Amino acid sequence: MATIQPIAGELEPHPDVALVDRVRAGDVSAYDELVRKYDRQIFRIAQHITQNREDAEDVMQDAFLKAYEKLDQFQGNSKFYTWLVRIAVNESLMRLRKRRTGKMVSIDEDVETEEGSVPRDLADWAPDPEQNYNQAELAEILRKTIQGLPQGFRIVFVLRDVEGLSTEETAETLGLSIPAVKSRLLRARLQLRERLSRYFRRNKVGEK
Amino acid sequence: MTCSQFLALLDDLIDDSVTPELRAGLQQHLRGCEHCEVILNTTRKTIEIYRSHEIYDLPAGLRERLHAAIMARCKKGC
Repeated sequence: MATIQPIAGELEPHPDVALVDRVRAGDVSAYDELVRKYDRQIFRIAQHITQNREDAEDVMQDAFLKAYEKLDQFQGNSKFYTWLVRIAVNESLMRLRKRRTGKMVSIDEDVETEEGSVPRDLADWAPDPEQNYNQAELAEILRKTIQGLPQGFRIVFVLRDVEGLSTEETAETLGLSIPAVKSRLLRARLQLRERLSRYFRRNKVGEK
Repeated sequence: MTCSQFLALLDDLIDDSVTPELRAGLQQHLRGCEHCEVILNTTRKTIEIYRSHEIYDLPAGLRERLHAAIMARCKKGC
Protein backbone atom coordinates (compact mmCIF):
# COMPACT_ATOMS: atom_id res chain seq x y z
CA MET A 1 0.00 0.00 0.00
CA ALA A 2 1.15 3.47 -0.79
CA THR A 3 1.97 5.59 2.25
CA ILE A 4 2.28 9.32 2.47
CA GLN A 5 5.90 10.22 3.06
CA PRO A 6 6.78 13.52 4.69
CA ILE A 7 8.74 15.77 2.38
CA ALA A 8 12.36 15.84 3.49
CA GLY A 9 13.36 19.10 5.10
CA GLU A 10 9.83 20.37 5.49
CA LEU A 11 9.09 19.04 8.93
CA GLU A 12 12.60 18.71 10.32
CA PRO A 13 13.85 21.95 11.86
CA HIS A 14 17.37 23.04 10.88
CA PRO A 15 19.92 21.59 13.39
CA ASP A 16 21.08 25.14 14.21
CA VAL A 17 17.68 25.91 15.74
CA ALA A 18 18.34 23.53 18.63
CA LEU A 19 21.83 24.97 19.15
CA VAL A 20 20.48 28.53 19.16
CA ASP A 21 17.81 27.54 21.69
CA ARG A 22 20.45 26.02 23.96
CA VAL A 23 22.56 29.20 23.79
CA ARG A 24 19.49 31.28 24.65
CA ALA A 25 18.94 29.03 27.65
CA GLY A 26 22.46 29.88 28.84
CA ASP A 27 24.48 26.97 27.44
CA VAL A 28 27.66 28.67 26.13
CA SER A 29 29.10 25.37 24.86
CA ALA A 30 26.36 25.30 22.20
CA TYR A 31 27.69 28.61 20.90
CA ASP A 32 31.13 27.02 20.76
CA GLU A 33 29.66 24.49 18.32
CA LEU A 34 28.12 27.21 16.16
CA VAL A 35 31.42 29.11 16.01
CA ARG A 36 33.32 25.99 14.96
CA LYS A 37 30.72 25.20 12.36
CA TYR A 38 30.88 28.55 10.58
CA ASP A 39 34.18 30.21 11.46
CA ARG A 40 35.94 29.27 8.21
CA GLN A 41 33.12 30.61 6.05
CA ILE A 42 32.91 33.87 8.02
CA PHE A 43 36.68 34.35 7.85
CA ARG A 44 36.64 33.72 4.09
CA ILE A 45 33.79 36.17 3.45
CA ALA A 46 35.56 38.81 5.56
CA GLN A 47 38.81 38.27 3.60
CA HIS A 48 36.99 38.58 0.29
CA ILE A 49 35.41 41.89 1.30
CA THR A 50 38.21 43.55 3.27
CA GLN A 51 41.07 41.93 1.31
CA ASN A 52 43.13 42.24 4.43
CA ARG A 53 44.03 39.46 6.80
CA GLU A 54 44.10 41.47 10.04
CA ASP A 55 40.76 43.04 9.22
CA ALA A 56 39.32 39.60 8.51
CA GLU A 57 40.51 38.36 11.93
CA ASP A 58 38.85 41.35 13.63
CA VAL A 59 35.66 40.95 11.59
CA MET A 60 35.43 37.28 12.47
CA GLN A 61 35.69 37.99 16.20
CA ASP A 62 33.35 40.98 16.10
CA ALA A 63 30.75 39.18 13.99
CA PHE A 64 30.55 36.19 16.34
CA LEU A 65 30.47 38.42 19.42
CA LYS A 66 27.78 40.64 17.94
CA ALA A 67 25.71 37.61 16.95
CA TYR A 68 26.01 36.30 20.51
CA GLU A 69 24.93 39.62 22.00
CA LYS A 70 22.02 40.00 19.61
CA LEU A 71 20.85 36.43 19.61
CA ASP A 72 17.56 37.50 21.19
CA GLN A 73 16.87 39.54 18.05
CA PHE A 74 17.34 36.53 15.79
CA GLN A 75 13.84 35.73 14.63
CA GLY A 76 14.33 32.27 13.25
CA ASN A 77 12.51 33.06 10.01
CA SER A 78 15.87 33.05 8.26
CA LYS A 79 18.66 30.54 8.84
CA PHE A 80 21.14 31.30 11.62
CA TYR A 81 23.96 31.08 9.05
CA THR A 82 22.34 33.67 6.74
CA TRP A 83 21.76 35.98 9.70
CA LEU A 84 25.39 35.55 10.78
CA VAL A 85 26.65 36.24 7.24
CA ARG A 86 24.66 39.47 7.17
CA ILE A 87 26.36 40.59 10.39
CA ALA A 88 29.78 39.65 8.97
CA VAL A 89 29.16 41.52 5.69
CA ASN A 90 28.15 44.65 7.62
CA GLU A 91 31.15 44.39 9.93
CA SER A 92 33.44 43.96 6.92
CA LEU A 93 32.02 47.03 5.17
CA MET A 94 32.38 49.05 8.37
CA ARG A 95 35.99 47.98 8.66
CA LEU A 96 36.61 49.11 5.06
CA ARG A 97 35.03 52.47 5.79
CA LYS A 98 37.36 52.95 8.76
CA ARG A 99 40.34 52.19 6.57
CA ARG A 100 39.31 54.53 3.83
CA THR A 101 38.34 57.36 6.18
CA GLY A 102 35.85 59.77 4.74
CA LYS A 103 35.13 57.59 1.75
CA MET A 104 31.79 55.84 1.62
CA VAL A 105 32.02 52.15 0.95
CA SER A 106 29.01 50.18 -0.12
CA ILE A 107 28.17 47.15 -2.14
CA ASP A 108 26.86 49.50 -4.83
CA GLU A 109 30.36 50.70 -5.52
CA ASP A 110 31.85 50.39 -9.00
CA VAL A 111 29.13 48.33 -10.57
CA GLU A 112 28.33 50.58 -13.50
CA THR A 113 28.77 48.49 -16.61
CA GLU A 114 27.23 48.41 -20.02
CA GLU A 115 24.22 46.16 -20.45
CA GLY A 116 24.30 43.09 -22.63
CA SER A 117 28.04 42.96 -23.18
CA VAL A 118 29.13 39.87 -25.09
CA PRO A 119 32.35 38.27 -23.84
CA ARG A 120 35.40 39.05 -25.92
CA ASP A 121 37.73 36.18 -25.18
CA LEU A 122 36.13 33.15 -26.75
CA ALA A 123 39.09 30.80 -26.60
CA ASP A 124 38.35 27.37 -25.19
CA TRP A 125 40.25 26.18 -22.14
CA ALA A 126 42.58 23.24 -21.83
CA PRO A 127 41.01 20.17 -20.18
CA ASP A 128 41.59 20.42 -16.39
CA PRO A 129 43.48 23.70 -16.89
CA GLU A 130 44.19 24.11 -13.16
CA GLN A 131 46.57 21.15 -13.35
CA ASN A 132 49.06 23.31 -15.21
CA TYR A 133 49.74 25.19 -11.97
CA ASN A 134 50.79 24.07 -8.51
CA GLN A 135 48.51 24.76 -5.53
CA ALA A 136 50.24 27.99 -4.50
CA GLU A 137 50.32 29.36 -8.07
CA LEU A 138 46.69 28.50 -8.60
CA ALA A 139 45.59 30.10 -5.31
CA GLU A 140 47.49 33.25 -6.30
CA ILE A 141 45.82 33.34 -9.74
CA LEU A 142 42.37 32.85 -8.21
CA ARG A 143 42.99 35.51 -5.54
CA LYS A 144 44.36 38.06 -8.00
CA THR A 145 41.50 37.44 -10.42
CA ILE A 146 38.67 37.77 -7.92
CA GLN A 147 40.27 40.79 -6.26
CA GLY A 148 40.07 42.57 -9.60
CA LEU A 149 36.28 42.38 -9.66
CA PRO A 150 34.22 45.38 -8.54
CA GLN A 151 33.25 44.99 -4.89
CA GLY A 152 29.51 44.69 -5.59
CA PHE A 153 30.09 41.82 -8.03
CA ARG A 154 32.64 40.07 -5.84
CA ILE A 155 30.38 39.87 -2.77
CA VAL A 156 27.48 38.46 -4.78
CA PHE A 157 29.70 35.83 -6.44
CA VAL A 158 31.26 34.79 -3.11
CA LEU A 159 27.94 34.45 -1.30
CA ARG A 160 26.11 32.73 -4.15
CA ASP A 161 28.74 30.56 -5.79
CA VAL A 162 31.43 30.00 -3.16
CA GLU A 163 29.38 29.93 0.06
CA GLY A 164 26.28 28.43 -1.51
CA LEU A 165 23.60 30.92 -0.42
CA SER A 166 20.48 30.99 -2.59
CA THR A 167 19.62 34.02 -4.73
CA GLU A 168 16.92 34.96 -2.20
CA GLU A 169 19.28 34.61 0.77
CA THR A 170 21.96 36.66 -1.00
CA ALA A 171 19.41 39.39 -1.78
CA GLU A 172 18.23 39.42 1.84
CA THR A 173 21.77 39.46 3.22
CA LEU A 174 22.93 42.34 1.04
CA GLY A 175 19.69 44.31 1.00
CA LEU A 176 19.46 44.00 -2.78
CA SER A 177 16.55 43.05 -5.04
CA ILE A 178 16.53 39.60 -6.61
CA PRO A 179 16.99 41.01 -10.16
CA ALA A 180 19.99 43.02 -8.90
CA VAL A 181 21.57 39.87 -7.43
CA LYS A 182 20.96 37.96 -10.66
CA SER A 183 22.39 40.68 -12.86
CA ARG A 184 25.51 41.05 -10.69
CA LEU A 185 26.02 37.31 -10.51
CA LEU A 186 25.95 36.97 -14.29
CA ARG A 187 28.43 39.81 -14.72
CA ALA A 188 30.68 38.46 -11.98
CA ARG A 189 30.73 34.99 -13.51
CA LEU A 190 31.42 36.30 -17.01
CA GLN A 191 34.14 38.69 -15.86
CA LEU A 192 35.90 36.00 -13.84
CA ARG A 193 35.66 33.60 -16.78
CA GLU A 194 37.18 36.17 -19.09
CA ARG A 195 40.01 37.02 -16.70
CA LEU A 196 40.81 33.37 -16.02
CA SER A 197 40.96 32.67 -19.76
CA ARG A 198 44.32 34.42 -19.74
CA TYR A 199 45.74 31.54 -17.70
CA PHE A 200 43.61 28.61 -18.75
CA ARG A 201 43.16 28.97 -22.50
CA ARG A 202 44.12 26.08 -24.69
CA ASN A 203 47.08 26.79 -26.92
CA LYS A 204 46.16 25.96 -30.48
CA VAL A 205 48.46 23.63 -32.39
CA GLY A 206 51.22 25.69 -33.97
CA GLU A 207 50.51 28.70 -31.74
CA LYS A 208 53.57 30.25 -30.18
CA MET B 1 17.69 32.40 -30.39
CA THR B 2 20.54 34.94 -30.62
CA CYS B 3 23.80 34.82 -28.62
CA SER B 4 22.61 37.79 -26.50
CA GLN B 5 19.39 35.98 -25.65
CA PHE B 6 21.38 32.87 -24.81
CA LEU B 7 23.72 34.85 -22.53
CA ALA B 8 20.80 36.48 -20.73
CA LEU B 9 19.68 32.98 -19.72
CA LEU B 10 23.16 31.58 -19.05
CA ASP B 11 22.85 31.76 -15.26
CA ASP B 12 19.44 30.12 -15.26
CA LEU B 13 20.86 27.32 -17.39
CA ILE B 14 23.88 26.87 -15.10
CA ASP B 15 21.70 27.00 -11.97
CA ASP B 16 19.28 24.56 -13.56
CA SER B 17 16.28 26.83 -13.21
CA VAL B 18 14.87 26.75 -16.75
CA THR B 19 11.69 25.11 -17.98
CA PRO B 20 12.09 22.03 -20.22
CA GLU B 21 10.89 24.09 -23.23
CA LEU B 22 13.44 26.81 -22.61
CA ARG B 23 16.17 24.23 -22.05
CA ALA B 24 15.36 22.69 -25.43
CA GLY B 25 15.67 26.13 -27.06
CA LEU B 26 19.00 26.78 -25.35
CA GLN B 27 20.33 23.38 -26.38
CA GLN B 28 19.29 23.98 -29.94
CA HIS B 29 21.25 27.25 -29.95
CA LEU B 30 24.28 25.47 -28.47
CA ARG B 31 24.32 22.89 -31.23
CA GLY B 32 24.91 25.60 -33.82
CA CYS B 33 27.06 28.02 -31.79
CA GLU B 34 30.53 27.04 -30.76
CA HIS B 35 31.14 30.39 -29.04
CA CYS B 36 28.22 30.02 -26.65
CA GLU B 37 29.22 26.43 -25.94
CA VAL B 38 32.71 27.62 -24.95
CA ILE B 39 31.23 30.35 -22.75
CA LEU B 40 28.89 27.90 -21.03
CA ASN B 41 31.61 25.31 -20.39
CA THR B 42 34.27 27.76 -19.22
CA THR B 43 31.81 29.66 -17.00
CA ARG B 44 30.79 26.39 -15.36
CA LYS B 45 34.46 25.56 -14.88
CA THR B 46 35.12 29.02 -13.37
CA ILE B 47 32.47 28.42 -10.69
CA GLU B 48 33.72 24.90 -10.04
CA ILE B 49 37.32 26.05 -9.59
CA TYR B 50 36.37 28.77 -7.12
CA ARG B 51 34.16 26.35 -5.23
CA SER B 52 36.75 23.63 -4.92
CA HIS B 53 39.89 25.64 -4.09
CA GLU B 54 40.46 27.29 -0.76
CA ILE B 55 42.07 30.65 -1.51
CA TYR B 56 41.87 32.10 2.00
CA ASP B 57 42.66 29.38 4.49
CA LEU B 58 42.33 29.76 8.20
CA PRO B 59 45.43 28.09 9.71
CA ALA B 60 44.74 25.86 12.72
CA GLY B 61 46.81 28.02 15.13
CA LEU B 62 45.03 31.22 14.19
CA ARG B 63 41.67 29.48 14.27
CA GLU B 64 42.22 28.27 17.82
CA ARG B 65 43.44 31.68 18.97
CA LEU B 66 40.41 33.49 17.51
CA HIS B 67 38.10 30.83 18.81
CA ALA B 68 39.49 31.11 22.34
CA ALA B 69 39.18 34.91 22.24
CA ILE B 70 35.55 34.74 21.13
CA MET B 71 34.54 32.16 23.71
CA ALA B 72 36.38 33.94 26.57
CA ARG B 73 34.38 37.09 25.87
CA CYS B 74 31.10 35.22 25.44
CA LYS B 75 31.60 33.55 28.82
CA LYS B 76 32.09 36.99 30.39
CA GLY B 77 28.84 38.06 28.79
CA CYS B 78 30.71 39.92 25.96
